[in-house]
Amino acid sequence: MSTLIDAVTGPTAPAPAPPALRMRPRGLTAEAVFIGRSVTHSLRDTEALLMAVLLPTLLMLLFTFVFGGALDPSGGYVDYVVPSIILLCAGFGASSTALYVARDMTTGIIDRFRTMPLRASAVLTGHVVASVLRNLFATGVVIAVALLVGFRPTATPAEWLAAVALIALYILAITSLFAAIGLAASSPDAANAYGFILLFLPYLSSAFVPVDTLPGWLAWFAEHQPITPIIEAIRSLLTGTPMGDAAWWAVGWCVLFIVIAAVWGTWLFRRRAGRR
Amino acid sequence: MTIAIEARGIAKRFRGVEVLQDLHLAVEAGSVFGLLGPNGAGKTTTIDILTTLLRPDAGTATVAGADVRRDPDGVRSRISLTGQSAAVDEVLTGRENLVMLARLSGLGRRAARARAEELLERFDLAEAAARRVAAYSGGMRRRLDLALSLVVPAHVIFLDEPTTGLDTRSRQELWHVIREVADAGATVFLTTQYLEEADRLADRIAVLDRGRIAAEGTAPELKARVGGEVVELLGPDGEVLAERPTDGTVHGLRAAVDELDRIAASSAEGARVAIRRPSLDDVFLAITSRPAAPAHRADLIGTKG
Repeated sequence: MSTLIDAVTGPTAPAPAPPALRMRPRGLTAEAVFIGRSVTHSLRDTEALLMAVLLPTLLMLLFTFVFGGALDPSGGYVDYVVPSIILLCAGFGASSTALYVARDMTTGIIDRFRTMPLRASAVLTGHVVASVLRNLFATGVVIAVALLVGFRPTATPAEWLAAVALIALYILAITSLFAAIGLAASSPDAANAYGFILLFLPYLSSAFVPVDTLPGWLAWFAEHQPITPIIEAIRSLLTGTPMGDAAWWAVGWCVLFIVIAAVWGTWLFRRRAGRR
Repeated sequence: MTIAIEARGIAKRFRGVEVLQDLHLAVEAGSVFGLLGPNGAGKTTTIDILTTLLRPDAGTATVAGADVRRDPDGVRSRISLTGQSAAVDEVLTGRENLVMLARLSGLGRRAARARAEELLERFDLAEAAARRVAAYSGGMRRRLDLALSLVVPAHVIFLDEPTTGLDTRSRQELWHVIREVADAGATVFLTTQYLEEADRLADRIAVLDRGRIAAEGTAPELKARVGGEVVELLGPDGEVLAERPTDGTVHGLRAAVDELDRIAASSAEGARVAIRRPSLDDVFLAITSRPAAPAHRADLIGTKG
């Protein structure tokens, strides 16, 4: 080897570290910056934003005016379907999180953050928080349109608060799952494809028709899958249908999703980061 | 002499393939160090380990006085990395990218904005500052990428193939900027596939071959091993019939031409002679006695050098 190496492998003591020049951002600055970034991304991704608002709105109009009459001739179907549309809407809106995360993980920008003295995982926090804000906004639009087409909730202010809190928790849960899917996917396109399964789940629940109208095996699945208690709980809070133990199941499932996504996501983030 | 980067016995394997084996490096503070090698030689892996993105399987490395394994945040607060793929946010504007990075580097809001304006000026991006990066050209992206790396000064600046894929003009612009950065006193560690680039920028060059340093020295020292210009004998359709390295002297050139003249006499009619600068292939041939870029290795590891 060269003389240069020989020179340093000699008795030379290692040089003391020069002063740090790049400071760790204080407190939650990194999180705040990444949330700002992701919100900007959301606002500039006009197509995705439009889809997140328009698609559920159109679906609601479709279910209310086209299928509604056949499903419930009394005209009360709108009250039945709005809570489901809200969840569907959250699913659509959250699915772009998988795309955004996958894009960050594959474009090399994550390496820049990981060579800086900060929690690089704050990038994910940014995407998740932006998704929650985005979807709460879309939910608001959906509820507003629903009120225009005849949705008549019976909720007290406290029940509204509880419903919004549960919706936010659900959005957080499904967004976390989509973020983890974004980490697991090898490309943004793949992230989009994997997310499809999650978007399909609400259709196999009590979202659009009561579970007891389904064939036996499907009814069992619909009864026990996580979306049903979440929808039932929101429905009960907004329109006064019987709650039963739906609220506990709803919160339990959401928390379970968040825990799974956090554990899986942390593992994926470390693994992907190490391998690239 | 102060050492800014020191690696001792670094080894790394991926899925059973030895990417780096017993790598030793020492880079003097304030110098420009070029790591030269073909695709798959382990250049990016070396950078990844030195910048704390990857943990070595064996060996130790110290960058700007901090140990990459024991004190990764210590390393991170003293370095900057410009990776192979431009690490810029395409949705944001150039200005927003710079402000974001400045905020993430510990600057306050106002200081971050001021720093962004400074860098936009310096990197000739002021006009495009309010445009989204998605609309930037390749050269502009690289300039922004480099500007992002310089949002706060760094003791050691890592550049992974900074000019790959750029046209000649953008490449020369970037060389100029890199030279400026080096003149300002930072240690620059760059990887490249181009001998010319290493020659132009680096004070010392190490040749990386199959995860080991095959040779190390100043550009003139390495060139002395490679020789000077290469004389090629070209057939009528431009195919290379024969080539002879020269030692850069008139005498050496004449000897090479004489030799090719004899070959030309016995081969095709209309043969021409061309002179070219030694390439990475020639360096490899001279140092390792075999051509560069063992293809199977690049395939196994992926596309990154």
